[in-house]
Amino acid sequence: MSEEKSCCCNAARCGDESSIPVVPTDTRFEDILGAWKVRWGIHRMNYRINPGLYAVGSPDNASPILVSANYKLTFDSLRKELSGLDCWLLILDTKGVNVWCAAGKGTFGTAELINRIAKTGLGEIVSHRKLILPQLGAVGVSAHEVAEKTGFSVIYGPVRANDINAFIHSGFQATEEMRTVQFTAWDRFILTPVELVEAAKTSLSVFGVLFLLNIFAARTFGLSDFIVYAGVVVTGTVITPVFLPFIPGRAFAWKGWLTGLLWTAACVFFNGWLTPDNLLLGIGYLLVLPSFSAYLAMNFTGSSTYTSFSGVIKEMKISLPFIVSSSVLGIVLILIKSFIA
Amino acid sequence: MKHKHLKNVATLILNAEKCIACGRCTEVCPHGVFSMPNKKVQIKDKDSCMECGACTMNCPVGALSVEASVGCAAAIIKGWFTGSEPSCDCCK
Repeated sequence: MSEEKSCCCNAARCGDESSIPVVPTDTRFEDILGAWKVRWGIHRMNYRINPGLYAVGSPDNASPILVSANYKLTFDSLRKELSGLDCWLLILDTKGVNVWCAAGKGTFGTAELINRIAKTGLGEIVSHRKLILPQLGAVGVSAHEVAEKTGFSVIYGPVRANDINAFIHSGFQATEEMRTVQFTAWDRFILTPVELVEAAKTSLSVFGVLFLLNIFAARTFGLSDFIVYAGVVVTGTVITPVFLPFIPGRAFAWKGWLTGLLWTAACVFFNGWLTPDNLLLGIGYLLVLPSFSAYLAMNFTGSSTYTSFSGVIKEMKISLPFIVSSSVLGIVLILIKSFIA
Repeated sequence: MKHKHLKNVATLILNAEKCIACGRCTEVCPHGVFSMPNKKVQIKDKDSCMECGACTMNCPVGALSVEASVGCAAAIIKGWFTGSEPSCDCCK
């Protein structure tokens, strides 16, 4: 019994095709720990459960069928909303990726859905012919094609799992609010650790170069340089994402540049890097660091829920020439200062 | 607060003559781009379109078109270097 209970929470043990595993709707410590690790980029790409059919409560042949992805973070956030419900969960093989991203890649898609319906023998298990898909899955699924090939009609449910209970109880009616993607401060905040960790990894090579330069440099890089640098990594990967709609302008690169500039200018001022002696350093940092912050913030477009390909391309075509030329010039000034101090 | 990215860039096109007013696009669009007054779909807020492709994928009569792709700078840069289509494969 305990083996079966732990099934859905322990990916390695799932996959018994003969019986349908029952999914608990409570959240355990290991789920919270697992989610926290994923947010920090630990085992993020391998946090998955086995695809297939699962049961919640005691479903029968008239119970609704919810379709979702095999990313465990997705699965956990869905199942905890299902307490008190009797339903089926059809989990597609999205290679451990969430519904929206997987739909964009086509793994949460028409072909996989048709295939999974056949593999699980869903048509034999239920007597009705309705599937509830998360709305964001529509990017990869063609509802009319699924209906044509399998006889199952697709109902697009709410965007967020926490509306699913209300959606089912209202007879599958989604409000406009349920249909709209949001991007709240909390949504943005929980994405920032991964951005920070990735930027920190890149920074290690920067530190390596500076360490080597310090061996030959007349002015060595020290703690004050580290602080101003670390600050723009934070403005680009944390501050700009969290305060996104409150920072003036529309382009992410612009927003990142602005926050990076404020931080760099404050540091340059307090360190006295605008005196004639240190002017090269001060100007150098003012050219490099806000641009770096702009670049990091621009990469957050991929985490956002509202940027289009056309919009991001336009933003990049305008901002990248500034970012690159400003950075190159700034690096040259800093190097001159380092060697002729 | 509604987020807004750049204006006048979305490639979304509606062929109103083909539209059969099934309402699927209004159902799947995550940004409320469409409205359906008088049994005919209209593009109400084109600047909110993120070119995800959900509407074109689910339009049974092919009345909609959009150049769907990822709105992610990191993926686009990676695509430039590898010569492939940008896709959400970060950290892989």
